[in-house]
Amino acid sequence: MNFDKDLLGLKNLSKEQILYIIETAKNMKLLVNSNNKKSPHLHGKTIITLFYENSTRTRMSFELAAKYMSANAANISVSNSSVAKGETLIDTGKTLDMMGTDIIIMRHGCSGAANLLAKNVNATVINAGDGMNEHPTQALLDIYTILDNKNDIRNLKITIIGDIKHSRVARSNIYGLTKLGAKVYIYAPDTLIPKDIEVTGVNIATNLQEAISNADVVMGLRIQKERQNANLIPSIREYHHFYGINDEILKLAKREVLIMHPGPVNRGVEFTSSVIDGKQSLINEQVNNGVAIRMALLYIFTRRKK
Amino acid sequence: MKTLIKNCNIVNSKSDLMKQFDILIEDKRIIKIAKNINAPYDNFIDAMGMYALPGLVDAHCHLREPGYEYKEDIASGALSAIHGGFTSIACMPNTNPVVDNESLIEYIYKRSNEVGLSKVYPIAALSKNQEGKQLTEIGILNKAGAIAFSDDGNPVDSASFMNKALIYANTFDCLIISHCEDKSIVENGDINEGYMSTTLGLNGIPSPAEDVMVYRDVRLAEYTNSKIHIAHVSTRQSVEVVREAKKRGGKVTCETCPHYFTLTDKACDGFNTLAKVNPPLRNEDDVQAIKEGLKDGTIDIIVTDHAPHHIDEKNVEFAYASNGIVGFETAFSLAYTHLVKTNIITLSQLVEKMSYNPAKILNIEVGKIEKGKIADLILVDLNKKYTIDINKFKSKSKNSPFNGFEVYGEIKNVFVEGRKVI
Repeated sequence: MNFDKDLLGLKNLSKEQILYIIETAKNMKLLVNSNNKKSPHLHGKTIITLFYENSTRTRMSFELAAKYMSANAANISVSNSSVAKGETLIDTGKTLDMMGTDIIIMRHGCSGAANLLAKNVNATVINAGDGMNEHPTQALLDIYTILDNKNDIRNLKITIIGDIKHSRVARSNIYGLTKLGAKVYIYAPDTLIPKDIEVTGVNIATNLQEAISNADVVMGLRIQKERQNANLIPSIREYHHFYGINDEILKLAKREVLIMHPGPVNRGVEFTSSVIDGKQSLINEQVNNGVAIRMALLYIFTRRKK
Repeated sequence: MKTLIKNCNIVNSKSDLMKQFDILIEDKRIIKIAKNINAPYDNFIDAMGMYALPGLVDAHCHLREPGYEYKEDIASGALSAIHGGFTSIACMPNTNPVVDNESLIEYIYKRSNEVGLSKVYPIAALSKNQEGKQLTEIGILNKAGAIAFSDDGNPVDSASFMNKALIYANTFDCLIISHCEDKSIVENGDINEGYMSTTLGLNGIPSPAEDVMVYRDVRLAEYTNSKIHIAHVSTRQSVEVVREAKKRGGKVTCETCPHYFTLTDKACDGFNTLAKVNPPLRNEDDVQAIKEGLKDGTIDIIVTDHAPHHIDEKNVEFAYASNGIVGFETAFSLAYTHLVKTNIITLSQLVEKMSYNPAKILNIEVGKIEKGKIADLILVDLNKKYTIDINKFKSKSKNSPFNGFEVYGEIKNVFVEGRKVI
């Protein structure tokens, strides 16, 4: 399977490429869950994580994926790098290039930052989240998790509830899931639905009942406190009142509905704790699959035909 | 000193094409227009097949001097303007320091005369340091040569301030140019709000950010019986507001730029910062409305909003990139190709919108090829098709989304007050 130099998003990946990544991740998962977590696949390769935004789980997931496969892994934390001194992204990227980096994994607050870096370095760039644009590795691990439990994504009703407007996770999932044939629904207050999103092929639910009824998957997105200050929602309390998911409303969904969330979860806001900890919840499994997906990506992108 | 131009097709606003006429220029003025002029001359140009147009007048550009000479200066800007056929240009005051006092007005005229290319007319700030708090000395600045008043990119957010500014400027019959943008609606927006902003994950700018302020300023001008000129109109609703105001007899004029009738926000795809401009590129429907406004006369003039930026200010994350497009060297050919070749307006109407009307709005005595008038004129090969190449720009900056576009209409010769500068 051919891939471009970089993984910037799911918008430009084909269905076949997505499924190939997931097939590869299945093998990687065996390693993650084994007693001896070490393979030689990335021996001699240098992987750098460059994070301009705070993150624990994504960064740790990438770092462990690299280490499980014997790569030279290093982190750049923004506060003590030359970035704080005003170095441009392109200059930082070129410096990493010259140090012999094979893959740069970047998270950045600006949409399009990964594209900009990718255009200016020889190393492969894996987008670990850029602004509100894309978070492809999260969507890939979400798709993997769904496929692991449902076998086929075609015609599944997958509902994403939460701050769609500001969410890169939502965008990447919408691109990926619609490509694989799912019926994607979104539901949020109108202030958190981005303009013309329906052109991507998603359905906008008009009430919680419509959003949840017969759903195969319900995915929550973290609601940020800042949205309240920006008057996009009056309060977290009101949000939970109308958009929070509890056991009662989930009775409308399919019996074997999957509950997912990219984390970190606000307990009692997006989902009640009983939903988060309930037997339909795959939130912890998502984390486990995340390492496998990232191992698969590092494997594929270090073996890409040049 | 006499120059004889032979066999050109003369285009004027509101006039029929004058086929194969000769133009005789003596010193600064046109002294004769006729067929087969036989007269002694110092310079001779055979302009067979060429079109003679009055020198173009740009009522909205940024020359960056003083303060940002790494982007552009008066010399490079005037050279760029001349290569685009602009013989008179009006520059916005958002330099560093801001043009809000008569010494800077005098400085710009002095530099313009030293450079001796396109004639530069300074637009003064409407408020001290463009802060929207205290009026500039409109009377004194007007006397010093300020051709209009505008806070341009720092729109006047207080309606009360604008109301008083309009009334006061009216005392001196001065023109206020309003950049209509409600920053409280824009927030941290990067591009037009719509499918593109959604799928690029960029903050959207709702189009009412422009049109609500167009309505505010047009209404205030009507109420105070003042004239107002609306800068770079980009939305359907703005066009409609101006159209209705004109019907009611309001003293409102407005402008648009070539990028608002040739491009949509799709040009931003792939995070193309060269298409980042303010107001932002809009959607197909807005482009259509701009064309309709140009056709029915609602939009009086086409300006460049020439906004040079250094490559380092564009080659960054989209949110950090500067807004603006260089426009002098592409404006005429884009307008000719996209408006005249497509039969939206006639060549004569294009001359009206790029020379006659802007001269009238700015109250400068150019904009016509006529006996006795100042000899500001250009010769254009309208049939010449060429590809826009940003590397050939005379401007210090190359920030244009039009690189590689095929256009018609090449500027061959340019005369400024009788002097052949190209």
